[in-house]
Amino acid sequence: MIGQALKSREAILAGALILLIIVVESRFSGFAAPGNLAGVFNDTSILIMLALGQTLVILTRCIDLSLASNLALTGMVTAMINSAMPGVPVVALIAIAVALGLLMGAFNGILVWKLDIPPIVVTLGTLTIYRGIIFVVSGGAWVNSHEMSEAYKAIPRFEILSLPVLSWIAIAVIAAFAVGVNRTALGRAFYAVGGNPSAAVYTGINVGKTRFWAFVIAGGLAGLCGYLWVSRYAVAYTDVAGGFELDVVAACVIGGISIAGGLGTVTGAVLGALFLGTIKNALPVVGISPFWQLAISGAAIIIAVAFNARSEHGKGRIILKKAEAHS
Amino acid sequence: MNRMTDIETLTSADPVLRLSGITKTFPGVTALSGVELALYPGQVTALVGENGAGKSTLVKILTGIYVPNEGQILVDEQPTRFTTATDASDAGITAIHQETVLFDELSVAENIYLGHAPRGRFGLVDWAKMRADATEILDRIGAKIDPRTPLRELGIASKHLVAIARALSVDARVVVMDEPTAALSQAEIEELYELVERLKSEGKAILFISHKFDEIFRIADRYTVFRDGEMVDAGLIAEVTEDQLVEKMVGRSMDAIFPQRDHTPGDTVLSVDGYSHPTEFEDISFDLRQGEILGFYGLVGAGRSEFMQALFGVTKPSGGSVTIDGQEISIRSPAEAIEKGIVYVPEDRGKQGAITAMPIFQNVTLPSLAQTSNRGFVRMAEEFALARKYTERLDLRAASLDQNVGNLSGGNQQKVVIAKWLATKPKVIILDEPTKGIDVGSKAAVHEFMAELAAEGLSVIMVSSEIPEILGMSDRVIVMRDGLIAARFDGEGLTPEALVRAAAGYEESAA
Repeated sequence: MIGQALKSREAILAGALILLIIVVESRFSGFAAPGNLAGVFNDTSILIMLALGQTLVILTRCIDLSLASNLALTGMVTAMINSAMPGVPVVALIAIAVALGLLMGAFNGILVWKLDIPPIVVTLGTLTIYRGIIFVVSGGAWVNSHEMSEAYKAIPRFEILSLPVLSWIAIAVIAAFAVGVNRTALGRAFYAVGGNPSAAVYTGINVGKTRFWAFVIAGGLAGLCGYLWVSRYAVAYTDVAGGFELDVVAACVIGGISIAGGLGTVTGAVLGALFLGTIKNALPVVGISPFWQLAISGAAIIIAVAFNARSEHGKGRIILKKAEAHS
Repeated sequence: MNRMTDIETLTSADPVLRLSGITKTFPGVTALSGVELALYPGQVTALVGENGAGKSTLVKILTGIYVPNEGQILVDEQPTRFTTATDASDAGITAIHQETVLFDELSVAENIYLGHAPRGRFGLVDWAKMRADATEILDRIGAKIDPRTPLRELGIASKHLVAIARALSVDARVVVMDEPTAALSQAEIEELYELVERLKSEGKAILFISHKFDEIFRIADRYTVFRDGEMVDAGLIAEVTEDQLVEKMVGRSMDAIFPQRDHTPGDTVLSVDGYSHPTEFEDISFDLRQGEILGFYGLVGAGRSEFMQALFGVTKPSGGSVTIDGQEISIRSPAEAIEKGIVYVPEDRGKQGAITAMPIFQNVTLPSLAQTSNRGFVRMAEEFALARKYTERLDLRAASLDQNVGNLSGGNQQKVVIAKWLATKPKVIILDEPTKGIDVGSKAAVHEFMAELAAEGLSVIMVSSEIPEILGMSDRVIVMRDGLIAARFDGEGLTPEALVRAAAGYEESAA
């Protein structure tokens, strides 16, 4: 099964990623150096984690547009606690961030599950609500680097085996997802619910509850990333990660997670995030204007979607050919 | 009232529309083979046949949705070809379907004229003319509906009248009515009969599809009987009796071979008592013994699947109790039903059966992951072993268990769904139309397998609309009609005619 998956979309995406790195290297020597690539990975860590959370949500035929607002709110809350009470250990702050993220995810999930509101409407609402709460709690003020404790800022940058903790956390999340999605009953349920909700009901799976858990996990990851983001950039303000939710969705789409649900892999989501992260890192160094960067990122998304749509289409044709052969 | 019509005038007319030697095949299935049908101006032709006899396929050919593989469609004895729905409507053929396709948010007039609205200057819609024309048509069919009313404010019967008005808004010569009275009350049915009379007097040719014998004998002039995709007989209603018509409908040679079963059912496994639902069924009670096959027969819409869904916990019943192995249980969700040993193979495999984007082995193990897991983590080797065990038993043809279910044929997808349930080691398996839409060879395999399961002590509830299957497989039969149990057969008196009568609510004539 793993072999089969690698032969398909993921392999092509990995090939495209390598090609992209080679092209950039040819224009800007040193980009492909291991140290630089590790830096690109570290820069993309947060995008990878959010894309993995989003992947679960999209697998169940939902979408979570509130992830970046969730991240910004938890980031702001941890920064404010840290500046007001520097004595609170950072581990406690991380726990608060995750808990807050889980709570916001659960709020989305409950609305989708119990009130049966379309997820895009729910999370479009909470996107604004969570962002608005940041302004309410902070009064619009910034928390700057000098107001944060050294420990608060140091953790993501601390290097183990010459990789920052931020990267290690992303690696741990990827590993947990690889096992959890493929080898637990809940992981299977995500695929079943998105692949065919009606059949999932007849298989004894609670569709609403499964979606709820997808939102909760995605929210928890957004909370964790909230601390990591604010600590890494050493600043918290209302507009942190504004618009980042769209990058997350884009990474999933590039990674072959089908918006129609039920189709996609952890590998795909990681590669999709890395592809987008590499483009964002590489375009400035090869001297392409920021406006072109946006256009190029957008083009990458459309090409990926067109490619995925075509491969789905191809499958349909094979079935038809079989039917013709039978008749 | 058609008795008054002279038989000679009936037979002297020339057909408006004639189908000759129409054959339609789908991969693996022949839906219609060489059928004939003629429709005459000012006459009602009733099309009768069991579910699956090919009536719906015929309607789709008449309305240009399907193109036949062979045969001719003749309008005024001129050969024509319908390749799109527009071709058929241009030829003056219009259909009123069982489930009407209308738009709730549009007005009655817009619904009637959608797609062919009268145009005024600059090609814009002429609203005044549309409303006036709509009023005229509604008056003609005796419907007291304001054309400006939004459709959503109307009841089902009024919506039906709007659908009829829509059908008549194109200048139709042939009107196809596919079970038009299924959703109507008695008073509304009377109005529909009047409407049919009016259409007749306007010289329209009407094809009337119905399961109800009383209405066929009341309004039809002619009949055509379909059975298994073939035309069996056609003639004048005045020259046939109800009993003869029933016989023509079901009187097939029982050539399908069903497995021999000599197993005696054991103790009662499942008892259902007074199961009811606010709108779909009421007071369903029966016992099911170990190793027994209990057939549920009825017309489409009799409430059989709805009852099974409630028994499986998909919908909530409003009353009644279920006892399994002597213990009263409550089933509030499919997960609970599965846990108690009741599983359900739904009718609509595409929508409710398999998850087509998932590999075969994952589909099979989906409800049994606890069996193949250790401390919450699935063990793939065990998963494969479980999937292999049950798919091999069912003789599933697939290149590999990694293959996605979507790439399998219909018969093999069905096997995946059945394998999935057998892996949960159930006590009771509900099979809803287990052989619908699969070819004859696969049907025999499914029947064989069903007999094997029963012999091993599994209790089977089989919902089927196919009479030979009901007769050939069941130990006992329950017939449902309009959400109620209409008849029970314990082997004695179980004849095709008795089944059809019970299902259609037609009592044997006093003779």
